[in-house]
Amino acid sequence: MKILVAVKRVIDYNVQVRVKEDGTGVVTDNVKMSTNPPDDNAVEEAVKIKESGKGKEIVAVTIGEDKAQETVRKALAVGADRGIHVKSEGVLEPLAVSKILQKIVEKEKPDLVFMGKQAIDDDCNQTGQMLAALLNWPQATFASKINVKDKSLEVTREVDEGLETIEVNTPAIVTCDLRLNEPRYASLPNIMKAKKKPLEQINASDLGVDIKSRIEQIKVEEPPKRKAGIKVASVAELVQKLKNEAKVI
Amino acid sequence: MSALLIAEHNNKEVRPFTLNAITAASQIDQDLHVLLIGSKADEVAKTLAGVPNVKKVIYVDNEIYENYLAENFTPVIVKHAENYSHIICSANTFGKNLMPRVAALLNTSQVSDIIKVISPDTYLRPIYAGNAFATVKSTDQKKCITIRPTSFDPAATSGGSAEIVKGEAAEAFQQIKFIKREEVKSDRPELGTARVVISGGRGMQNSDNFKLITAIADKLNAAVGASRAAVDAGYITNDHQVGQTGKVVVPDLYIAVGISGAIQHLAGMKESKIIVAINKDGEAPIFSVADYGLEADLFEALPQFLEELNKLNTIQK
Repeated sequence: MKILVAVKRVIDYNVQVRVKEDGTGVVTDNVKMSTNPPDDNAVEEAVKIKESGKGKEIVAVTIGEDKAQETVRKALAVGADRGIHVKSEGVLEPLAVSKILQKIVEKEKPDLVFMGKQAIDDDCNQTGQMLAALLNWPQATFASKINVKDKSLEVTREVDEGLETIEVNTPAIVTCDLRLNEPRYASLPNIMKAKKKPLEQINASDLGVDIKSRIEQIKVEEPPKRKAGIKVASVAELVQKLKNEAKVI
Repeated sequence: MSALLIAEHNNKEVRPFTLNAITAASQIDQDLHVLLIGSKADEVAKTLAGVPNVKKVIYVDNEIYENYLAENFTPVIVKHAENYSHIICSANTFGKNLMPRVAALLNTSQVSDIIKVISPDTYLRPIYAGNAFATVKSTDQKKCITIRPTSFDPAATSGGSAEIVKGEAAEAFQQIKFIKREEVKSDRPELGTARVVISGGRGMQNSDNFKLITAIADKLNAAVGASRAAVDAGYITNDHQVGQTGKVVVPDLYIAVGISGAIQHLAGMKESKIIVAINKDGEAPIFSVADYGLEADLFEALPQFLEELNKLNTIQK
């Protein structure tokens, strides 16, 4: 199977996000950026499928400014075969991203498209499902276990009530949960080798899709601050406060 | 125009988050209709018709909808979408899976996980796992919105008498098959909806010590959570993880035990109504968000905590 994996560059999950004073967004200058965590799981799963002999080629794709290439290089360093960077400026909404990915899918004709279930910047949780809709493919979202069959996948999904198992025929979209696997680290020799793997550049504006913003961001603000709490001296005092002051037990 | 809310249910009962979504949807548009797609779900239709905020229930009854699949629900929703300005559902795994598929076919840029309705086209939503709030305005003709359930009160289920009309089914999608659903059978409430959550971190030192946490969870009817550090160390399975990369919880009471308060953990719990931190390191960042901080060795504090709770019960009795 040929697998296309979509990866996104986001503010690293360990960074304390700060809101810009002018309310136009969050501070990204001089902030550590990384691959969106569940996208790492998507890459890992594709590599595992290839290692099991069931996967043929892995293509990693990202959309964004020049620096977004780092996420593709990272995917190449852990086992993707080649990369695609769709160049675009500014923030794209998931609908625009899925329209761009649709064009890439039509060109690459993968059997599977993997990506993280959600990006930890905008927290939209939309792109995989939207891409599936545009392609009229089945979608296996929030996957925590994948069993590759001949022309289908059996996927266990994380749902509110527990676990759900579905079978999707290929071609299909899978969005990956953090529980799917443990992403490996790239070794130094593999990071060096990844620099020689092919990475194609495409301009988003050449794809002929409407990627205009439909959602106007009016302002971004800090969430309401918690009022300073108090320290209690003993467990007995804590329990009394919870019962009589906060009235939560 | 009116708003159309997609109901989540198991053909017998309405799932609770749909009632929270109804409250939000009726703030967007008072002329609220509910689309119920199911199989032999007559009881669900009756319940929904009894919700005072609901003006009409459209009931699509067909055996292909016995198990929820976004691929089968989507064409039904798109078929019914024509007369509505807003398509709405809850932002749990049901709605997160479903709504983008609908939005893409309607060529609409979805607004996910709103926590406040500012006006019929403008909403407040958390980004960066709640570290920032964005006010956004949708400029699409037809809007697709998902609702964070814990930000809205559930709608009442009695007193209404909406009409129930039959809706048309669509063709089944052939490239997917439902196999099974395994519901986690736990005596404890779900982490995502529990009123009380007690979480352990790296300070628990090993998985056996989590017994101290579960004993208190049993007492308080609480869900058990954990920090990423505790999960990574293998003390507890990752379905308990609270944080940016785990579950975001908003309980009335959150008790963090032996958790230092890494940014990624705080992102998952700092909207809780009351936060308690128990940690022996008085400088731990968790104390900066705690309403009540107890600087103590958790191995002494937890057994005392249980004892005090037991005493409370005796007094109440």
